[in-house]
Amino acid sequence: MNNFTYSQATGIDNAVNEITGHEKSMFIAGGTNLIDLMKENVLHPDHLIDINGLHLTSIEFLDDGRLFLGALVTNADTAWHPEVEKKYPLLAEAILAGASPQLRNMATNGGNLMQRTRCYYFYDTSTPCNKRTPGSGCSAINGYNRIHAILGTSQHCIAVHPSDMCVALRAINAVVQVKGKAGERLIPIEHFHRLPAYTPQIDNNLAHDELITGIILPREHFNTHYKYLKVRDRASYAFALVSVAVVLRLKEGVIDEIRIALGGVAHKPWRDEGVENWLKDKPATDENFAEAADMILQEAKTFGANDFKPALAKRAIVRACREALNREI
Amino acid sequence: MNNETSYIGQPVNRVDGYAKVTGDAKYAADYNAGGLCYGVVVSAGIARGRIVRIDASAALQLEGVFQVFTHENVSGLAWFNMSYKDMDAPPGKHFRYLQTDMVTYSQQPVALVVAETFELARYAATLVNITYAADAHTTSLTGNLDKARPPKGKKTGFKKPANRGHFEKAFKAAQVTTDVTYYQGAEHHNPMEMHATTVLYYKNGSITVYDKTQGVLNTQSYVKSVFGLSGKKVKVLSPFVGGAFGSALRPQYQLFMAVLAALELKRSVKVMLTRQQMFSFGFRPITQQSLSLGALEDGSLQAISHKAISGTSQFEDYVENIVNWSGMLYHCKNVQQDYKLVSLDTYTPLDMRAPGAVTGVFGLECAMDELAYKLHMDPLELRRINYSVEDGSMKKPYSSKALMDCYEQAAARFGWSKRNPRPGSMKNGHLLTGWGMATGMWDAMTVPARAKATFTADGKLTVGSATADIGTGTYTIMTQIAAETLGLPIDHVTFQLGDASLPFAYLEGGSATAASVGTAVQQACLQIRERLLSLAKDIPDSPFRELSIEQITFADGKMYMSETPANFIHLKDILTLTATDAVNVTSTPLPNIFKQMKYAKNTHSAVFVEVQVDEELGSVKVSRVVSAVAAGRILNPKTARSQIVGGIVWGISGALYEESVMDHQFGRFINHNYAEYHIPVNLDINDIEVIFVEENDDVVNPLGVKGVGEIGQVGVAAAVANAIYHATGKRIRDLPITLDKLL
Repeated sequence: MNNFTYSQATGIDNAVNEITGHEKSMFIAGGTNLIDLMKENVLHPDHLIDINGLHLTSIEFLDDGRLFLGALVTNADTAWHPEVEKKYPLLAEAILAGASPQLRNMATNGGNLMQRTRCYYFYDTSTPCNKRTPGSGCSAINGYNRIHAILGTSQHCIAVHPSDMCVALRAINAVVQVKGKAGERLIPIEHFHRLPAYTPQIDNNLAHDELITGIILPREHFNTHYKYLKVRDRASYAFALVSVAVVLRLKEGVIDEIRIALGGVAHKPWRDEGVENWLKDKPATDENFAEAADMILQEAKTFGANDFKPALAKRAIVRACREALNREI
Repeated sequence: MNNETSYIGQPVNRVDGYAKVTGDAKYAADYNAGGLCYGVVVSAGIARGRIVRIDASAALQLEGVFQVFTHENVSGLAWFNMSYKDMDAPPGKHFRYLQTDMVTYSQQPVALVVAETFELARYAATLVNITYAADAHTTSLTGNLDKARPPKGKKTGFKKPANRGHFEKAFKAAQVTTDVTYYQGAEHHNPMEMHATTVLYYKNGSITVYDKTQGVLNTQSYVKSVFGLSGKKVKVLSPFVGGAFGSALRPQYQLFMAVLAALELKRSVKVMLTRQQMFSFGFRPITQQSLSLGALEDGSLQAISHKAISGTSQFEDYVENIVNWSGMLYHCKNVQQDYKLVSLDTYTPLDMRAPGAVTGVFGLECAMDELAYKLHMDPLELRRINYSVEDGSMKKPYSSKALMDCYEQAAARFGWSKRNPRPGSMKNGHLLTGWGMATGMWDAMTVPARAKATFTADGKLTVGSATADIGTGTYTIMTQIAAETLGLPIDHVTFQLGDASLPFAYLEGGSATAASVGTAVQQACLQIRERLLSLAKDIPDSPFRELSIEQITFADGKMYMSETPANFIHLKDILTLTATDAVNVTSTPLPNIFKQMKYAKNTHSAVFVEVQVDEELGSVKVSRVVSAVAAGRILNPKTARSQIVGGIVWGISGALYEESVMDHQFGRFINHNYAEYHIPVNLDINDIEVIFVEENDDVVNPLGVKGVGEIGQVGVAAAVANAIYHATGKRIRDLPITLDKLL
């Protein structure tokens, strides 16, 4: 860890001004990932702007009925918030599947969107990694890639985004609200994270001078048929090998709408709207879910140690859809 | 006579518990001194090759960085290999840190940066630029089985594999056989407390070393011989150790680094390893083992072959008893054993909780389960049929063996008789329940140990021995033994350990401490009893004058005439009335070798496990464990139970979660952190029940104690794997059994 300076932002505009033009400055909120990465010599900011004093700590309804989650609300407070529990239980379930209580008490909603991959090689500075050192190569492709991606990979990076919360946000169609030098803008969650392509060092489409101020959840609720299923190597405190966020709505015995978002399989939460449309008006059966899973995973590419992931993902999709369907309200 | 000072066998609370939960207990890295500076180790990024250049200029330019030690500037240390040998060293050429430009394993420490603050040292360490010329490395055991060779030399406690009878012939003649191969990857100890050493440097050139160690005398002798110091100049203290599991049996490199820097800079220095660096030294070796069992249709074993191949380093031959258990546990006339090593570009493996047995008994007990299924026989019944009252490898009866009681009590408690043997027979929705069992076995060892005791006129007793308490409860049980032996209230007794100036004790390990140091403590207190009686006889009109020690009872802080307890004297009054300040003794117990030689001395266990396997997703939950343990006399059921439970948890961990994964591209353990090196979390651990079976043994030692540190873990992984087979019908023969293997 290198020496760095530290300041506390006095307001959102102040925070944005402080970071603008300073490529080696970073915002810090909960710090549960950033501090680790600094200690492991992966990230080297020369200045940290502490945003914990900003007034982004509320969860409230907007005038149009959408729910605003402040960027600085902790993951724990979000998951246990009565309106989130009532109207967006999928999100609560996903958040509580992640990390540990201690981490969820520190980690913020904005920070969760910004967390970096858990790829072993990204963390180990003795090994090449295009995400850490662009152009150095990807060690995972021919290495130990048990936790790595099967969809949307590139020859430069096969890392996965490690968040649980973001997978649920993807199913919910959340919108990320950001403020930068050029003003405020809204980024739909599907456009927030990126695929690695040629630039795996860039995780998302947030500009350096932009600050996440909140997450907006749409009005429509899926609080009857939903499921966040996380498959991992131990019962808690492990990242997903595969996770599935499902929400669905039935009409006259057939699927009216279904959304299936996957975690642990790609550089961003993965959804295939084409397959979801294919399921529309079809009976909600294991057979249809399995066929849908096959379609979602059709392009899956594996790298050795993660050869099991397509099969696991298929089973997880079917299980999650079934459990969403059969959920006792 | 109330005899309220009877403590042995009681669930006494930890005497150091309060200090531990309040932070009063100080660990190696907790010590500070004026002018203390901090060392951070730079670890090699390649597995094999040469350091072409070390550029430390950027680090040295920082104000407050004192020195960067590398092979280029370290000299004047001991010349002979012998000087680098420690009490737990395997045979070979012991590694010399910072004395070569050769890199022989990944994460080899190649530089030590010492600075005014820890933060500065850590930063400066990132600026040390090392250029390597890398050579091709060999880190795969399974890819190099053809290079397996017999181990060279011996190590304390290592027993050579031994054959008996005619395996080949008997195996061919057997009616039912099984022939299987198992694989276990490396595991690193990862105690909660990272390895750390604080060296306080004094103007006269002497040092006080606070080290994380399982043997202060081992630390002291290593420092003395490597750095050429006299014993008087090296004080070694290690009063508290935050877990070790064998990782602190050998002096680890933070000790070398801290002492080196302190002597060179003439300053006090602290060096603590990072969690990542906890994967840079010893580990449970990567092992592949093959078992062939042959039996008659009635289940009687006719032939056992157990062959194992483990990895070791290029410079030392680490050996452990993997295959030997197959010649001991069951009655079988024809046994063949073979144990070989493959040299790999890793550091040398190291004793890790129940070394050898955790690996070898896993293989044997899984193979027994496989054989039971081939015989259409209950796995427990197969064990009963082949029960052995003698150690067949030495042809000696066991000094005690209550394993049959373990089987019966654990099976009854578990409900084993209700088991339907058919795999997959217990299914509820997508959950498959399975029941498996296995036997565990470990040695009941005695190692040299002495103790001193001082009883003072204020009625207080202080007992000491240079042993260690790595969290097992040594402080507590020794205090119990001393208090009961002398009949003192427990809070009048203080036990000291972790100080190299105390009487000799061998390394704390192998489950030998309770028996060995316990006997020394007991004997020291018995010697005090004799001295007190003799003093009491000098008191005018002493009623004890004509009595021998056998006619005396010590209890409640008093010395009683056993026949007429109304006649007593307070122990402290004996000293006051005879104008004695203190009674001092030192004990050197000598075991009754001739009596012990006639017997095999071992602990046993029976482990029953219930698992729930998600049929669709492959995930496994160990929902229930019952373990019955026969380990002689249990000194403290509370701390002993903790030992067994901890062992069971680690057994589950080895079965399902734990593996240091070797990336052969880099020859490096790649999941070297707690996020990706999985051990069970609270949610993974469910019902665990421990039964201590009564076992009386007057051979092992006067206390009848056999030790419980290792036995809890042995057999657990096999019971889990066997339960998974019962649940799913799938035999997974490589550990850990992660969910992908069950899809």
